[in-house]
Amino acid sequence: MSGAAPQIDPPLALLAELTHRCPLGCPYCSNPLALQRSSAELDTAAWARVMQEAAELGVLQVHFSGGEPLARRDLVEIVAAASGAGLYGNLITSGIGLDRARMIGLKQAGLEHVQLSIQDVDAAAGDRVAHRSGAQVEKLRAAEIVREADLPLTVNAVVHRQNLARLGEIIALAVELGAERLEVAHVQYYGWALRNRAALLPSREQLDAATATVEAARARLAGKLVIDYVVPDYYAQRPKACMGGWARRFLNVSPSGRVLPCHAAETLPGLRFPTVAEANLSEIWYGSPVFARFRGTEWMPEPCRSCGRREIDWGGCRCQAFALTGDAGRTDPACALSPDHAMMADAVEDARKPPPDFVYRGYAAAVPAEA
Amino acid sequence: MSEIDGGTVLHFPPHVKFRFDERRQAWIVLAPERLLLPDEQAVEILKLVDGARSVDAIADELARQFDAPRAEIAEDVLAMLRDLIDKKVLRP
Repeated sequence: MSGAAPQIDPPLALLAELTHRCPLGCPYCSNPLALQRSSAELDTAAWARVMQEAAELGVLQVHFSGGEPLARRDLVEIVAAASGAGLYGNLITSGIGLDRARMIGLKQAGLEHVQLSIQDVDAAAGDRVAHRSGAQVEKLRAAEIVREADLPLTVNAVVHRQNLARLGEIIALAVELGAERLEVAHVQYYGWALRNRAALLPSREQLDAATATVEAARARLAGKLVIDYVVPDYYAQRPKACMGGWARRFLNVSPSGRVLPCHAAETLPGLRFPTVAEANLSEIWYGSPVFARFRGTEWMPEPCRSCGRREIDWGGCRCQAFALTGDAGRTDPACALSPDHAMMADAVEDARKPPPDFVYRGYAAAVPAEA
Repeated sequence: MSEIDGGTVLHFPPHVKFRFDERRQAWIVLAPERLLLPDEQAVEILKLVDGARSVDAIADELARQFDAPRAEIAEDVLAMLRDLIDKKVLRP
Protein backbone atom coordinates (compact mmCIF):
# COMPACT_ATOMS: atom_id res chain seq x y z
CA MET A 1 0.00 0.00 0.00
CA SER A 2 1.33 3.47 -0.82
CA GLY A 3 0.83 6.73 1.07
CA ALA A 4 1.04 7.23 4.81
CA ALA A 5 1.37 3.78 6.36
CA PRO A 6 -0.45 3.66 9.67
CA GLN A 7 1.66 3.09 12.76
CA ILE A 8 1.13 -0.51 13.84
CA ASP A 9 1.18 -1.17 17.58
CA PRO A 10 1.65 -4.68 18.95
CA PRO A 11 -1.59 -6.49 19.87
CA LEU A 12 -2.75 -6.51 23.50
CA ALA A 13 -4.51 -9.85 23.63
CA LEU A 14 -4.72 -13.23 21.95
CA LEU A 15 -7.91 -15.23 21.71
CA ALA A 16 -6.75 -18.85 21.55
CA GLU A 17 -9.61 -20.96 20.25
CA LEU A 18 -8.18 -24.29 21.30
CA THR A 19 -10.98 -26.44 19.90
CA HIS A 20 -14.43 -26.24 18.36
CA ARG A 21 -15.58 -29.27 20.35
CA CYS A 22 -18.17 -28.32 22.97
CA PRO A 23 -20.62 -30.25 25.12
CA LEU A 24 -23.17 -27.45 24.71
CA GLY A 25 -25.16 -26.32 21.70
CA CYS A 26 -25.99 -22.67 22.42
CA PRO A 27 -27.79 -21.14 19.45
CA TYR A 28 -25.82 -17.88 19.79
CA CYS A 29 -22.36 -19.42 19.73
CA SER A 30 -19.71 -17.08 18.35
CA ASN A 31 -17.98 -19.89 16.46
CA PRO A 32 -18.35 -19.97 12.68
CA LEU A 33 -20.98 -22.21 11.12
CA ALA A 34 -18.08 -24.21 9.67
CA LEU A 35 -16.81 -26.05 12.76
CA GLN A 36 -13.40 -27.70 12.71
CA ARG A 37 -13.02 -31.34 13.80
CA SER A 38 -10.57 -32.48 16.47
CA SER A 39 -8.36 -34.09 13.80
CA ALA A 40 -7.61 -30.62 12.41
CA GLU A 41 -6.56 -29.14 15.79
CA LEU A 42 -3.05 -27.88 16.55
CA ASP A 43 -1.10 -30.15 18.88
CA THR A 44 0.35 -29.23 22.27
CA ALA A 45 3.78 -28.25 20.95
CA ALA A 46 2.27 -25.97 18.31
CA TRP A 47 0.12 -24.17 20.90
CA ALA A 48 3.14 -23.81 23.18
CA ARG A 49 5.02 -22.19 20.31
CA VAL A 50 2.08 -19.87 19.61
CA MET A 51 2.17 -18.70 23.26
CA GLN A 52 5.89 -17.98 23.03
CA GLU A 53 5.49 -16.08 19.75
CA ALA A 54 2.55 -14.10 21.15
CA ALA A 55 4.59 -12.98 24.16
CA GLU A 56 7.49 -12.00 21.91
CA LEU A 57 5.12 -9.98 19.73
CA GLY A 58 3.96 -8.01 22.79
CA VAL A 59 0.68 -9.74 23.64
CA LEU A 60 -0.13 -9.32 27.34
CA GLN A 61 -3.24 -11.42 27.91
CA VAL A 62 -4.39 -14.72 26.47
CA HIS A 63 -7.98 -15.91 26.54
CA PHE A 64 -8.27 -19.70 26.33
CA SER A 65 -11.50 -20.27 24.52
CA GLY A 66 -13.19 -22.62 22.11
CA GLY A 67 -15.55 -24.44 21.77
CA GLU A 68 -14.95 -25.68 25.26
CA PRO A 69 -11.24 -25.43 26.13
CA LEU A 70 -11.64 -28.07 28.83
CA ALA A 71 -12.26 -30.54 25.98
CA ARG A 72 -8.50 -30.34 25.33
CA ARG A 73 -6.77 -32.98 27.46
CA ASP A 74 -3.54 -30.95 27.30
CA LEU A 75 -5.12 -27.70 28.56
CA VAL A 76 -2.88 -27.58 31.65
CA GLU A 77 0.24 -27.86 29.48
CA ILE A 78 -0.95 -25.10 27.14
CA VAL A 79 -1.76 -22.83 30.10
CA ALA A 80 1.67 -23.55 31.59
CA ALA A 81 3.34 -22.63 28.29
CA ALA A 82 1.45 -19.33 28.27
CA SER A 83 2.27 -18.35 31.82
CA GLY A 84 5.85 -19.49 31.30
CA ALA A 85 6.04 -17.03 28.42
CA GLY A 86 4.74 -14.27 30.73
CA LEU A 87 1.17 -14.10 29.42
CA TYR A 88 -1.79 -13.40 31.71
CA GLY A 89 -4.13 -16.35 31.28
CA ASN A 90 -7.89 -16.31 31.33
CA LEU A 91 -10.08 -19.40 30.88
CA ILE A 92 -13.39 -18.87 29.07
CA THR A 93 -15.48 -21.91 29.86
CA SER A 94 -18.94 -23.42 30.05
CA GLY A 95 -17.81 -25.12 33.26
CA ILE A 96 -18.73 -28.54 31.88
CA GLY A 97 -15.88 -30.91 32.67
CA LEU A 98 -14.30 -28.79 35.40
CA ASP A 99 -13.48 -30.78 38.50
CA ARG A 100 -11.43 -29.89 41.54
CA ALA A 101 -8.24 -31.66 40.41
CA ARG A 102 -8.31 -29.98 37.02
CA MET A 103 -8.91 -26.59 38.59
CA ILE A 104 -5.94 -26.97 40.90
CA GLY A 105 -3.78 -28.14 38.00
CA LEU A 106 -4.76 -25.07 35.99
CA LYS A 107 -4.09 -22.74 38.89
CA GLN A 108 -0.68 -24.30 39.50
CA ALA A 109 0.05 -23.90 35.78
CA GLY A 110 -0.42 -20.16 36.26
CA LEU A 111 -4.04 -19.50 35.26
CA GLU A 112 -5.16 -16.13 36.68
CA HIS A 113 -8.89 -15.97 36.08
CA VAL A 114 -11.98 -17.92 35.01
CA GLN A 115 -14.92 -16.63 33.02
CA LEU A 116 -17.89 -18.96 33.38
CA SER A 117 -20.93 -18.75 31.11
CA ILE A 118 -24.47 -19.14 32.37
CA GLN A 119 -27.49 -19.34 30.08
CA ASP A 120 -30.22 -18.45 32.57
CA VAL A 121 -31.14 -18.69 36.26
CA ASP A 122 -33.88 -21.17 35.72
CA ALA A 123 -32.39 -24.68 35.25
CA ALA A 124 -34.93 -25.82 32.67
CA ALA A 125 -34.57 -22.64 30.62
CA GLY A 126 -30.77 -22.71 30.91
CA ASP A 127 -30.54 -26.35 29.87
CA ARG A 128 -32.82 -25.67 26.92
CA VAL A 129 -30.53 -22.93 25.58
CA ALA A 130 -27.38 -24.95 26.35
CA HIS A 131 -29.03 -27.99 24.72
CA ARG A 132 -27.82 -30.25 27.52
CA SER A 133 -29.78 -31.61 30.40
CA GLY A 134 -28.14 -30.94 33.76
CA ALA A 135 -25.93 -28.18 32.36
CA GLN A 136 -27.11 -25.54 34.83
CA VAL A 137 -26.33 -27.76 37.85
CA GLU A 138 -22.84 -28.48 36.48
CA LYS A 139 -22.24 -24.76 36.00
CA LEU A 140 -23.20 -23.86 39.54
CA ARG A 141 -20.84 -26.56 40.77
CA ALA A 142 -18.07 -25.20 38.52
CA ALA A 143 -18.48 -21.74 40.05
CA GLU A 144 -18.01 -23.27 43.50
CA ILE A 145 -14.86 -25.06 42.35
CA VAL A 146 -13.38 -21.84 40.97
CA ARG A 147 -14.06 -19.99 44.22
CA GLU A 148 -12.72 -22.86 46.36
CA ALA A 149 -9.49 -22.61 44.37
CA ASP A 150 -9.50 -18.89 45.24
CA LEU A 151 -9.37 -17.75 41.63
CA PRO A 152 -11.34 -14.67 40.61
CA LEU A 153 -14.59 -15.48 38.82
CA THR A 154 -16.39 -13.60 36.10
CA VAL A 155 -19.86 -14.75 35.20
CA ASN A 156 -20.77 -14.23 31.56
CA ALA A 157 -24.48 -14.10 30.88
CA VAL A 158 -25.51 -13.82 27.27
CA VAL A 159 -28.92 -12.16 27.18
CA HIS A 160 -31.64 -12.21 24.52
CA ARG A 161 -35.40 -11.99 24.11
CA GLN A 162 -35.98 -15.36 25.82
CA ASN A 163 -34.14 -14.67 29.10
CA LEU A 164 -34.14 -10.89 29.57
CA ALA A 165 -37.21 -11.07 31.80
CA ARG A 166 -34.95 -12.73 34.39
CA LEU A 167 -32.00 -10.32 34.18
CA GLY A 168 -32.47 -9.14 37.77
CA GLU A 169 -32.26 -12.74 38.98
CA ILE A 170 -29.21 -13.39 36.79
CA ILE A 171 -27.42 -10.50 38.50
CA ALA A 172 -28.43 -11.84 41.92
CA LEU A 173 -27.11 -15.28 40.96
CA ALA A 174 -23.72 -13.81 39.98
CA VAL A 175 -23.46 -12.24 43.45
CA GLU A 176 -24.49 -15.48 45.10
CA LEU A 177 -21.86 -17.42 43.14
CA GLY A 178 -19.13 -15.11 44.46
CA ALA A 179 -18.32 -13.51 41.11
CA GLU A 180 -16.38 -10.28 41.22
CA ARG A 181 -17.34 -9.41 37.65
CA LEU A 182 -20.46 -10.00 35.60
CA GLU A 183 -20.67 -9.54 31.87
CA VAL A 184 -24.20 -8.92 30.71
CA ALA A 185 -23.69 -9.44 27.01
CA HIS A 186 -26.48 -8.99 24.55
CA VAL A 187 -26.08 -11.49 21.73
CA GLN A 188 -23.85 -10.28 18.90
CA TYR A 189 -25.28 -11.47 15.61
CA TYR A 190 -22.62 -13.47 13.77
CA GLY A 191 -22.36 -17.13 12.88
CA TRP A 192 -24.88 -19.22 14.80
CA ALA A 193 -26.47 -16.18 16.41
CA LEU A 194 -27.23 -14.61 13.04
CA ARG A 195 -28.86 -17.85 11.98
CA ASN A 196 -31.02 -17.69 15.14
CA ARG A 197 -31.55 -13.96 15.12
CA ALA A 198 -35.35 -13.97 15.02
CA ALA A 199 -35.39 -16.25 18.08
CA LEU A 200 -32.96 -14.05 20.03
CA LEU A 201 -33.19 -10.37 19.13
CA PRO A 202 -34.96 -8.42 21.90
CA SER A 203 -37.49 -5.65 21.41
CA ARG A 204 -36.60 -2.02 22.04
CA GLU A 205 -38.71 -2.19 25.24
CA GLN A 206 -36.81 -5.24 26.48
CA LEU A 207 -33.49 -3.57 25.75
CA ASP A 208 -34.45 -0.37 27.58
CA ALA A 209 -35.67 -2.33 30.60
CA ALA A 210 -32.42 -4.34 30.64
CA THR A 211 -30.29 -1.20 30.50
CA ALA A 212 -32.24 0.29 33.43
CA THR A 213 -31.82 -2.95 35.41
CA VAL A 214 -28.06 -2.94 34.81
CA GLU A 215 -27.69 0.71 35.78
CA ALA A 216 -29.63 0.23 39.01
CA ALA A 217 -27.60 -2.89 39.87
CA ARG A 218 -24.31 -1.10 39.19
CA ALA A 219 -25.23 1.63 41.66
CA ARG A 220 -26.46 -0.85 44.26
CA LEU A 221 -23.50 -3.23 43.94
CA ALA A 222 -20.65 -0.71 43.52
CA GLY A 223 -17.52 -2.07 45.18
CA LYS A 224 -19.04 -5.55 45.28
CA LEU A 225 -19.68 -6.58 41.69
CA VAL A 226 -18.32 -4.96 38.54
CA ILE A 227 -20.87 -5.21 35.72
CA ASP A 228 -19.75 -4.92 32.11
CA TYR A 229 -22.59 -4.39 29.68
CA VAL A 230 -22.52 -5.12 25.96
CA VAL A 231 -25.46 -3.74 23.99
CA PRO A 232 -26.84 -5.07 20.71
CA ASP A 233 -26.00 -2.74 17.87
CA TYR A 234 -29.31 -3.33 16.10
CA TYR A 235 -30.67 -0.41 18.13
CA ALA A 236 -27.59 1.78 17.88
CA GLN A 237 -27.07 4.98 15.91
CA ARG A 238 -23.36 4.34 15.55
CA PRO A 239 -21.55 1.03 15.13
CA LYS A 240 -19.32 -0.52 17.75
CA ALA A 241 -15.55 -0.28 17.27
CA CYS A 242 -15.39 -3.98 16.57
CA MET A 243 -12.21 -5.47 18.13
CA GLY A 244 -11.04 -1.87 18.60
CA GLY A 245 -10.51 -1.80 14.83
CA TRP A 246 -9.38 -4.51 12.42
CA ALA A 247 -5.93 -5.85 13.40
CA ARG A 248 -5.25 -3.04 15.86
CA ARG A 249 -5.47 -4.67 19.30
CA PHE A 250 -6.38 -8.34 19.09
CA LEU A 251 -5.53 -11.46 17.26
CA ASN A 252 -7.17 -14.83 17.17
CA VAL A 253 -5.80 -18.28 16.46
CA SER A 254 -8.37 -20.85 15.35
CA PRO A 255 -8.28 -24.53 16.43
CA SER A 256 -6.42 -25.50 13.25
CA GLY A 257 -3.93 -22.64 13.61
CA ARG A 258 -5.32 -20.01 11.30
CA VAL A 259 -4.37 -16.51 12.46
CA LEU A 260 -7.23 -14.02 12.26
CA PRO A 261 -7.88 -10.41 13.29
CA CYS A 262 -11.14 -11.58 14.92
CA HIS A 263 -12.96 -14.84 15.58
CA ALA A 264 -15.47 -14.36 12.76
CA ALA A 265 -13.01 -13.22 10.07
CA GLU A 266 -12.94 -16.60 8.35
CA THR A 267 -16.50 -15.95 7.18
CA LEU A 268 -15.19 -13.25 4.84
CA PRO A 269 -14.76 -14.55 1.30
CA GLY A 270 -11.67 -13.96 -0.78
CA LEU A 271 -9.35 -13.50 2.20
CA ARG A 272 -6.89 -16.30 2.83
CA PHE A 273 -5.60 -16.10 6.38
CA PRO A 274 -2.12 -17.47 7.12
CA THR A 275 -1.54 -20.31 9.57
CA VAL A 276 0.93 -20.57 12.43
CA ALA A 277 2.73 -23.24 10.41
CA GLU A 278 3.42 -20.81 7.57
CA ALA A 279 4.80 -17.82 9.46
CA ASN A 280 5.33 -16.60 13.00
CA LEU A 281 2.82 -14.32 14.67
CA SER A 282 5.02 -11.25 14.33
CA GLU A 283 5.45 -11.72 10.57
CA ILE A 284 1.71 -12.17 10.25
CA TRP A 285 0.76 -9.18 12.44
CA TYR A 286 3.10 -6.73 10.72
CA GLY A 287 3.32 -8.21 7.25
CA SER A 288 0.20 -10.15 6.23
CA PRO A 289 -1.81 -8.43 3.49
CA VAL A 290 -5.10 -9.71 4.99
CA PHE A 291 -4.25 -8.07 8.31
CA ALA A 292 -3.55 -4.83 6.44
CA ARG A 293 -6.74 -5.16 4.36
CA PHE A 294 -9.07 -3.24 6.73
CA ARG A 295 -6.54 -1.78 9.14
CA GLY A 296 -6.69 1.97 9.71
CA THR A 297 -8.82 4.22 7.52
CA GLU A 298 -7.38 3.89 3.99
CA TRP A 299 -9.81 1.13 2.95
CA MET A 300 -12.91 3.07 4.00
CA PRO A 301 -15.77 3.98 1.67
CA GLU A 302 -18.04 6.93 2.29
CA PRO A 303 -19.72 7.80 4.61
CA CYS A 304 -16.85 6.51 6.83
CA ARG A 305 -13.96 8.08 4.94
CA SER A 306 -14.92 11.67 5.72
CA CYS A 307 -16.62 10.90 9.06
CA GLY A 308 -15.33 12.55 12.24
CA ARG A 309 -15.73 9.22 14.03
CA ARG A 310 -13.63 7.17 11.61
CA GLU A 311 -10.93 6.64 14.23
CA ILE A 312 -13.45 6.05 17.00
CA ASP A 313 -15.53 3.24 15.53
CA TRP A 314 -13.18 2.25 12.66
CA GLY A 315 -16.09 1.67 10.30
CA GLY A 316 -17.76 -0.83 12.64
CA CYS A 317 -17.59 -4.53 11.99
CA ARG A 318 -16.35 -6.04 8.71
CA CYS A 319 -17.99 -9.39 9.38
CA GLN A 320 -21.36 -7.80 10.09
CA ALA A 321 -21.06 -5.66 6.95
CA PHE A 322 -20.41 -8.80 4.93
CA ALA A 323 -23.03 -10.97 6.65
CA LEU A 324 -25.76 -8.39 6.05
CA THR A 325 -24.79 -6.72 2.77
CA GLY A 326 -22.56 -9.30 1.08
CA ASP A 327 -19.68 -6.79 0.93
CA ALA A 328 -17.07 -6.70 3.72
CA GLY A 329 -15.84 -3.30 2.49
CA ARG A 330 -19.08 -1.44 3.14
CA THR A 331 -19.95 0.69 6.16
CA ASP A 332 -21.39 -1.44 8.98
CA PRO A 333 -25.20 -1.28 8.58
CA ALA A 334 -25.43 -0.66 12.34
CA CYS A 335 -24.46 2.94 11.57
CA ALA A 336 -27.42 5.24 10.94
CA LEU A 337 -25.34 6.91 8.21
CA SER A 338 -25.00 3.62 6.30
CA PRO A 339 -27.11 3.36 3.14
CA ASP A 340 -28.00 -0.16 4.38
CA HIS A 341 -29.17 0.90 7.86
CA ALA A 342 -32.83 0.02 7.15
CA MET A 343 -31.84 -3.65 7.34
CA MET A 344 -31.50 -3.31 11.10
CA ALA A 345 -35.08 -2.02 11.45
CA ASP A 346 -36.31 -4.89 9.23
CA ALA A 347 -34.61 -7.41 11.53
CA VAL A 348 -36.14 -5.77 14.59
CA GLU A 349 -39.57 -5.97 12.96
CA ASP A 350 -39.01 -9.64 12.13
CA ALA A 351 -38.14 -10.36 15.77
CA ARG A 352 -41.53 -9.14 16.97
CA LYS A 353 -43.12 -12.33 15.68
CA PRO A 354 -43.26 -15.41 17.93
CA PRO A 355 -39.74 -16.85 18.20
CA PRO A 356 -38.93 -19.72 15.84
CA ASP A 357 -37.26 -22.90 17.16
CA PHE A 358 -33.53 -22.71 17.84
CA VAL A 359 -31.03 -24.16 15.38
CA TYR A 360 -28.56 -25.56 17.88
CA ARG A 361 -24.85 -25.16 17.36
CA GLY A 362 -23.13 -28.44 16.60
CA TYR A 363 -21.53 -30.59 13.94
CA ALA A 364 -24.94 -31.87 12.78
CA ALA A 365 -26.09 -28.40 11.65
CA ALA A 366 -22.65 -27.10 10.68
CA VAL A 367 -21.63 -26.23 7.15
CA PRO A 368 -18.58 -28.05 5.77
CA ALA A 369 -15.27 -26.62 6.98
CA GLU A 370 -12.45 -25.79 4.61
CA ALA A 371 -9.75 -28.43 4.67
CA MET B 1 -18.43 3.37 46.80
CA SER B 2 -15.84 1.69 48.97
CA GLU B 3 -15.34 2.95 52.50
CA ILE B 4 -11.66 3.57 53.05
CA ASP B 5 -9.81 6.21 55.02
CA GLY B 6 -6.28 7.37 55.72
CA GLY B 7 -5.55 4.39 57.92
CA THR B 8 -6.56 1.76 55.33
CA VAL B 9 -3.78 -0.49 54.07
CA LEU B 10 -4.20 -1.70 50.51
CA HIS B 11 -2.68 -4.49 48.46
CA PHE B 12 -2.90 -5.97 44.98
CA PRO B 13 -4.87 -9.24 44.91
CA PRO B 14 -2.63 -12.11 43.74
CA HIS B 15 -4.25 -12.17 40.29
CA VAL B 16 -3.62 -8.48 39.60
CA LYS B 17 -0.17 -7.74 38.15
CA PHE B 18 1.38 -4.29 38.20
CA ARG B 19 4.54 -4.36 36.15
CA PHE B 20 6.77 -2.57 33.70
CA ASP B 21 6.33 -3.69 30.10
CA GLU B 22 9.70 -3.50 28.35
CA ARG B 23 8.26 -3.54 24.85
CA ARG B 24 5.92 -0.60 25.44
CA GLN B 25 8.27 1.10 27.93
CA ALA B 26 5.25 1.66 30.17
CA TRP B 27 3.80 0.50 33.47
CA ILE B 28 0.73 -1.68 33.05
CA VAL B 29 -1.88 -3.31 35.27
CA LEU B 30 -3.14 -6.73 34.24
CA ALA B 31 -6.40 -7.84 35.81
CA PRO B 32 -9.22 -10.20 34.78
CA GLU B 33 -10.14 -9.13 31.24
CA ARG B 34 -8.84 -5.68 31.96
CA LEU B 35 -5.67 -3.93 31.00
CA LEU B 36 -4.95 -0.55 32.53
CA LEU B 37 -2.29 1.87 31.37
CA PRO B 38 -1.96 4.14 34.42
CA ASP B 39 -0.75 7.71 33.88
CA GLU B 40 2.44 8.95 35.53
CA GLN B 41 0.74 10.16 38.68
CA ALA B 42 -1.12 6.87 39.10
CA VAL B 43 2.09 4.90 38.56
CA GLU B 44 3.78 6.76 41.41
CA ILE B 45 0.84 5.98 43.71
CA LEU B 46 0.69 2.32 42.70
CA LYS B 47 4.42 1.85 43.26
CA LEU B 48 3.78 2.65 46.90
CA VAL B 49 0.96 0.12 47.34
CA ASP B 50 2.76 -2.72 49.07
CA GLY B 51 0.39 -4.22 51.62
CA ALA B 52 2.16 -2.38 54.45
CA ARG B 53 1.78 1.38 53.85
CA SER B 54 -1.50 3.03 54.78
CA VAL B 55 -3.22 5.53 52.50
CA ASP B 56 -1.85 8.29 54.76
CA ALA B 57 1.68 6.93 54.51
CA ILE B 58 1.40 6.88 50.71
CA ALA B 59 0.28 10.52 50.70
CA ASP B 60 3.13 11.46 53.07
CA GLU B 61 5.67 9.77 50.87
CA LEU B 62 4.37 11.42 47.68
CA ALA B 63 4.24 14.87 49.31
CA ARG B 64 7.87 14.38 50.34
CA GLN B 65 9.03 13.00 46.95
CA PHE B 66 7.36 15.73 44.89
CA ASP B 67 7.57 18.54 47.43
CA ALA B 68 3.85 19.16 46.98
CA PRO B 69 1.00 20.20 49.32
CA ARG B 70 0.06 17.18 51.46
CA ALA B 71 -3.70 17.88 51.64
CA GLU B 72 -4.13 18.11 47.89
CA ILE B 73 -2.15 14.95 47.30
CA ALA B 74 -4.07 13.05 49.97
CA GLU B 75 -7.34 13.89 48.26
CA ASP B 76 -6.13 12.70 44.84
CA VAL B 77 -4.66 9.53 46.31
CA LEU B 78 -7.85 8.65 48.15
CA ALA B 79 -10.04 9.24 45.08
CA MET B 80 -7.84 7.12 42.86
CA LEU B 81 -7.51 4.26 45.32
CA ARG B 82 -11.27 4.19 45.91
CA ASP B 83 -11.87 3.91 42.20
CA LEU B 84 -9.37 1.06 41.88
CA ILE B 85 -11.00 -0.82 44.76
CA ASP B 86 -14.35 -0.48 43.01
CA LYS B 87 -12.73 -1.86 39.85
CA LYS B 88 -11.34 -4.78 41.92
CA VAL B 89 -7.79 -3.83 41.07
CA LEU B 90 -6.88 -3.22 44.72
CA ARG B 91 -8.12 -4.72 47.98
CA PRO B 92 -8.27 -3.13 51.42
